[in-house]
Amino acid sequence: MTVSDVPRDPAQNLEPGEIEALLPWYAAGTLRRRDRQRVEEALRRNPDLARHVDLVREELAETIHLNETLGAPAPLIADRLMAAIDAETNAARKRAPGAAVGWLTGFFANLAPRTLAVAASFAVLAIALQAFMIVDIFTKPQSAPQQTALGGAHRHGSFAMVRFAQAASAAEITNFLHNYQAALVDGPTEGGLYRVRIAMKTLAKEELGKIVARMRHESVVASAEPAEAAEGVEPAESAVPPAEPAEPTAPGK
Amino acid sequence: MAMQAPADEALIGRIARGDRLAMQVLFARHHVRIYRFVLRLLRDEMAAEDVIGEVFLDVWRQASRFEGRSAVSTWLIAIARFKALSLLRKRREDGLDDETAESIEEPSDDPEQALAKLDKGEKLRKCLAGLSREHREVIDLVYYHEKSVEEVAQIIGIPQNTVKTRMFYARKKLGELCRMAGIDRGWP
Repeated sequence: MTVSDVPRDPAQNLEPGEIEALLPWYAAGTLRRRDRQRVEEALRRNPDLARHVDLVREELAETIHLNETLGAPAPLIADRLMAAIDAETNAARKRAPGAAVGWLTGFFANLAPRTLAVAASFAVLAIALQAFMIVDIFTKPQSAPQQTALGGAHRHGSFAMVRFAQAASAAEITNFLHNYQAALVDGPTEGGLYRVRIAMKTLAKEELGKIVARMRHESVVASAEPAEAAEGVEPAESAVPPAEPAEPTAPGK
Repeated sequence: MAMQAPADEALIGRIARGDRLAMQVLFARHHVRIYRFVLRLLRDEMAAEDVIGEVFLDVWRQASRFEGRSAVSTWLIAIARFKALSLLRKRREDGLDDETAESIEEPSDDPEQALAKLDKGEKLRKCLAGLSREHREVIDLVYYHEKSVEEVAQIIGIPQNTVKTRMFYARKKLGELCRMAGIDRGWP
């Protein structure tokens, strides 16, 4: 029996080849639980199918290898992007007041003196109302949605809480992370701190301290402190490995 | 993969409010993979760099429209794919054959002789690189970008069953190319 002749399973109404079609996702670990169970059941019954999974895994490994040898884009593009964003933001800022002034000038020029007096009364009332609302906003305690972000993912490994320098560019931050083989895993908090994974394993306190001390001397870093691994905060997710590995080294770049 | 989503979504929320640093973090986190996806489609490094700049500029402009119905990485790949394919269409309209403008993954002067010198892994990678754009796209999405059947369907815009069929035929074609390159994998 060849692997393409997987027998029909009457209980699950599988067409020949249906399980085969799921094998790439099975090998990649991205199948839904129900489909994964169907594949595992078929694998138990059909040793040829297990050999086919080995072929899929071989393809998977070589596809990853091929992609990772493609390198990375020039670091310059990060700065180009941020420059484009800044230019766009500045242009929008410049446009907005000019447009508003032009509209208001035309609007008031067309009003009769009596209408203008009534409009002015409404304007005074509106300003008073806005002032009241602003005071209200600042005197009420604010919710802090950012704080919840740190309670989530990435609790295995060794971490630091890092605040980046205001002037740090995206390219500099990327280089910094690359040099330390580190990954941003969460943040920013309200205070602008980012959780950075320094190692996949738990380092000794002294070793972690040394790395963090070295980070403090980097120009892109405003402050850095060792952070505790947050194991046990959400035990349901603790078995899942960190999902965002540091980007691999780009050969030739 | 699933654990990364909340942090990415939080970043998108901050970007929607004009947070530049959040934009830099999102870029640092995803730009290499997006670049590689685009590069595999376009096979042109400079064009791929231009496309990812446009992708993230779109994210800056449209972050407030992100509804969280898919993972942020899936959204980014979908935008990148749209832009890459638009560029390829434009090139075709301009009379530029994108497949002949390839600058990477080209075989040497004597492909058969060159292949014979390679080990099995290298041969397999050559064969992967030799697949059609449609086939290498689906293989990359599944194996390298770790996208589920549903996510690939969202990105490419085809039904889920078509995704499975396309992947199956991409693998079959790969098997044929491998056999031609002297690797008998026993399948198909």
